[in-house]
Amino acid sequence: MAAATSIPTASPAGTAIRLRHVRKTFGKGEYAVQALRGVDLDIPGGELTMLVGPSGCGKTTLISILAGLLSRDAGEMSVFGQDLGTLSRDRLAAWRRESVGFIFQQFNLVPQLSVAENVSVPLVLKGESVGSAVRKSNELLATLGLEGRGTSAPLKLSGGQQQRVAIARALIHDPRLLVCDEPTSALDAELGRRVMTLIRDRSRQPDRAVVVVTHDDRIFHLADSIAHMNDGVVDRLSRGEHLSQPRQSL
Amino acid sequence: MFRFAIKMLFGDSAKFYGILLGLGFASLLIAQQASIFVGLMSRTFAFIGEVGHVDLWVFDPTQSYVDEPKPLRTTALERVRGVTGVGWAAPLYKGLLVTTLPDGSRKVCDVVGIDDDTLAGGPAEIVAGSLADLRLPDAVMVEVGSSQQQMLFPAELAPGAVPSPGQVFDPNGPKRPVEIGDIIEINERRARVVGLVKCAETFVAAPTIYTTYSRAVTYAPPSRRVMSAVLVKASPDVDPATLAARIEEETGLKSMQPHDYSMRTLGYWMRETGIPINFGIAIALGFFVGVAIAGQMFYNFTLDNLRYFGAFKAMGASTWKLLGMVALQALVAGIIGLGLGLGAVSAFGLNAAGGKLAFKMLWQIPLIAAGAVLVICILASVISMWKVVRLDPADVFKGP
Repeated sequence: MAAATSIPTASPAGTAIRLRHVRKTFGKGEYAVQALRGVDLDIPGGELTMLVGPSGCGKTTLISILAGLLSRDAGEMSVFGQDLGTLSRDRLAAWRRESVGFIFQQFNLVPQLSVAENVSVPLVLKGESVGSAVRKSNELLATLGLEGRGTSAPLKLSGGQQQRVAIARALIHDPRLLVCDEPTSALDAELGRRVMTLIRDRSRQPDRAVVVVTHDDRIFHLADSIAHMNDGVVDRLSRGEHLSQPRQSL
Repeated sequence: MFRFAIKMLFGDSAKFYGILLGLGFASLLIAQQASIFVGLMSRTFAFIGEVGHVDLWVFDPTQSYVDEPKPLRTTALERVRGVTGVGWAAPLYKGLLVTTLPDGSRKVCDVVGIDDDTLAGGPAEIVAGSLADLRLPDAVMVEVGSSQQQMLFPAELAPGAVPSPGQVFDPNGPKRPVEIGDIIEINERRARVVGLVKCAETFVAAPTIYTTYSRAVTYAPPSRRVMSAVLVKASPDVDPATLAARIEEETGLKSMQPHDYSMRTLGYWMRETGIPINFGIAIALGFFVGVAIAGQMFYNFTLDNLRYFGAFKAMGASTWKLLGMVALQALVAGIIGLGLGLGAVSAFGLNAAGGKLAFKMLWQIPLIAAGAVLVICILASVISMWKVVRLDPADVFKGP
């Protein structure tokens, strides 16, 4: 079992994301549910941080807040020095457009669009022409082993290939923050390891950060740090040699 | 992103065709029913247009529409002719009279009597014979459209032949259409067909028979008042509207220009009959069918794509951008559906041209159909847009 460290923790690379006493409640009155009860967490730049914990502990709420999809009710938070709470809805959308890449558990690839068009969406949202965006998408797809598949329909691809398309879509606009929700849940062991290696490599710059929500203990050893969540708080942070060892399958 | 919106629309072929079906069917129903309504209503005043080349119609002030029998005294003609500014004035007879065919069958026909001297008010298109032949004894000209369906002669009776005394024709035997030379009876008076004419279909679906005014009044039941209207041509440089007012002032009769009289006739049928309501209901049904089918299909289409819109929103697409995508999808579906519907109506109209079916597609009708389809698209997309506006981008992290 991983040993706990004090939280928040310092990092040599500097703090990319900083949360203090962040709270979030859904609903009101007797139906109110406290999803986050005061989260304190520092996510270092240039590292891959995993959020783990049982279902309902607040992982999804936390990544939604730090990706600018949800607003916090209380507490302080900065992402690469930006307090997202001060941004208007439009500015927040623009910030996400520029700074965040998403890998969804369900991929969310649009079936009516080709693989390259799906990948090009973030660039097109930033104002790039479809032709140019698709060309760049094909180049990125080639680096992910999907050369020549740009014109294919996403549903014609295997689960692993679809996941790589989703990764390409998350990386195409070179975001500073990569948020991944169960990125290996649909993949076999080998493919899961390759995908996570790809994602981890992406984090190796000081002005980058990768946050991965996962239940998959086969990939814990690939994290630089693991934030253990329970009942709406981060109660432990594991780093370095204290991370879980990979299971034999990985 | 708008290009992607179109691909998303075309890519979901089942729903796309369903949306087109709804919109196409709605525009088809709206435009077709409206065209039939306009065609039918146009027939109520078709005879006024058929007369043509006159500046004014003068008739009884209590007469509401052209087919209403409110005859004038013969002296009305002279009184009208006495009004300053009248170039010429001609009498017109129009009435439904019973016609007997050689086999004994009887038909109600619309008999039109035109001025003996000028033949003003005659048919616009003569298929066979000459208008001047109306001056021959017992001469009549018969409309070919309705008469070829309703005035059928025994095939064994040659044109111009008179049945021999006691000759009996098989009512179910072979028939032929009316031809020049045929003898008929109008109100038990002899009439000989000297020509065939083509007329616009009128609201009274009776065959039209043209003859001279003096002969028409002999066919009509005896009365002191037999003249249906006076047709007036204004003198050169005289404004017809001014002349109409002067005729009304000096004669006490109603005087209107052909277009105004047509609208008076149309107004009567619109006000006094349930025709507009019936067609209005059919058109409204078309609209609601469009809303129901296309609206629901489009809403379902948006719902199916909501998770992708959510992903786009998470990736930084503004709500306005997404609304623009939904609006564009609705607009494109609307234009294609409208085109399909109007195309089908046009094909229907071309097929119906020259037939008995009343069909007249004014240029305003496609615009009305387009407006209705636009409203359907707006209704459908507004509901869909509401889902997009309410869409929480954080939902993309929720499980399946």
